[in-house]
Amino acid sequence: MTRGEGRVDVIFENLDLWRQGIGFTLLVFFFGGLIALVLGTIVGAMRVSPVPIARAVGTLYVNLIRNTPLTLVFFFFVFGYSALALPNLSNTVLGIMAIGVYTATYVAETLRAGINTVPVGQAEAARAIGLPFGQVMSLVVLPQAFRSVVPPLMSVIIALLKNTTVAAGFGIAVFPLLQSTISNSHTRPGTPMEVLLWVAAIFVALVMLLTWLQRTLENRWRIAR
Amino acid sequence: MTSVLYDVPGPRARRRNGILAVVTTVIVVAIVAFVLWRFALSGQFEASKWNVFTYTTVWVQIGTMLLNTLKAFAAAAVLSLALGFVLAIGRLSEHKWVRVPVAVVTEAFRAIPVLVLMMILYYGLPTLGVKMEPYWAVVLALMIYNGAVLAEALRAGVESLPRGQKEAGYAIGLRKSGVMMLILLPQAIRAMLPVIIAQLVVTMKDTALGFIITYHELLYYAKLLSTQPGRPILQAALIIGGIYIVMCLLLSWFANWLEKRTHRSPKNPYVAPHDPAADDDATMTSVLATQDLGQVGKQ
Repeated sequence: MTRGEGRVDVIFENLDLWRQGIGFTLLVFFFGGLIALVLGTIVGAMRVSPVPIARAVGTLYVNLIRNTPLTLVFFFFVFGYSALALPNLSNTVLGIMAIGVYTATYVAETLRAGINTVPVGQAEAARAIGLPFGQVMSLVVLPQAFRSVVPPLMSVIIALLKNTTVAAGFGIAVFPLLQSTISNSHTRPGTPMEVLLWVAAIFVALVMLLTWLQRTLENRWRIAR
Repeated sequence: MTSVLYDVPGPRARRRNGILAVVTTVIVVAIVAFVLWRFALSGQFEASKWNVFTYTTVWVQIGTMLLNTLKAFAAAAVLSLALGFVLAIGRLSEHKWVRVPVAVVTEAFRAIPVLVLMMILYYGLPTLGVKMEPYWAVVLALMIYNGAVLAEALRAGVESLPRGQKEAGYAIGLRKSGVMMLILLPQAIRAMLPVIIAQLVVTMKDTALGFIITYHELLYYAKLLSTQPGRPILQAALIIGGIYIVMCLLLSWFANWLEKRTHRSPKNPYVAPHDPAADDDATMTSVLATQDLGQVGKQ
């Protein structure tokens, strides 16, 4: 393995790989997050619905998936899917589905907890002055629930960002996969340690950015209340 | 039943709920039926697919791998609790030169994904001439990450305590270590017990990441089984998944039970607002006695 002159060679000589890494990480992050938000909202709504069967299904889904390691969910989707003889999907698509299905449970729980923070009296008062269901929701309950949901939801999103790394174990080209790609090629500069420390640094920076965003939003909503 | 979201249903709402129940049932049954149909179509129920699980040696191996998972979990849980206490106490220190570096380290540990930590320990360290077993890479990575998370939980627990607790400790002549050990930490641990146990469930789940750095745990064995004759990928994943779910559910139930139990405890300051009438007589008497003495001193 050839060694570069400077420490930054690991970045600049492998720029194509880093670009690919950030591309796939953001891809998994955004589309996984999208699935998680949509599915999580549906499941969260099921868990607070007046329909007992919907509540039971939501509870079962959340309890099953939340007690399964993310690695195993990936295992089911990436390795298990191909055994079902369904149309071919790339590992990346399957990985996005896995992380979406997993994170949806956390989104659902966050939304449910947020709605539960609104005192029953608020809704009862709204009904007492004659507001119909739609206005009780849009004017009274959801604005209050939204405010208490934002900070924990951001924590779920930060966890989602960190969980994208698990995709590397299933051959999806997110950041940590760079380490094996660079180690396996004999011409690219950089030791595993250098690559991984840069990956760690990138995640620290990204998480700091999201944490800052979380604090900003939290402060804004707190004043509004 | 009334809730924030809906009132007691009337006849129309009951009819609508009935329809929604039927629709939910149909959708869920359709999804389950589709999966089962694909299972049947691709021959997942055939005996050859499940054949490996009829061998005793396979189950002995699963037992060994389960033990490996539990070994990593137990070591990581104990070590991360220890690290959590150290970091929490460091971050609560009154000396700036202790508090600031510990805060930076804790935040960094929390921000780095566990898998990246594992890979640094397993693939990265050999570059520096340190060879590490996968077991220790898993345990140490889990210790670093969960230790930092637990430290934050403990710190939040200590900071949520009324300031009078600490002041009372100093007033009766305890030193800093005494106030922390005898007064603040015991209350913080009790308040944060559900969070601590929930984090232990996360630790248990994250041991499965060891699979990616070739630690011989349950999921690694599922992968190994899937290369056996008949390629029982889904079957192995289902059985190993069941074991994980049972383990995590047991821990979660334990957490819930503990939470209920601590909430019932009259000592918990977070459940019932402090009731002076509940103070036992001895304390009141001694307070009165002290006040009397003070008045004697003034005369």
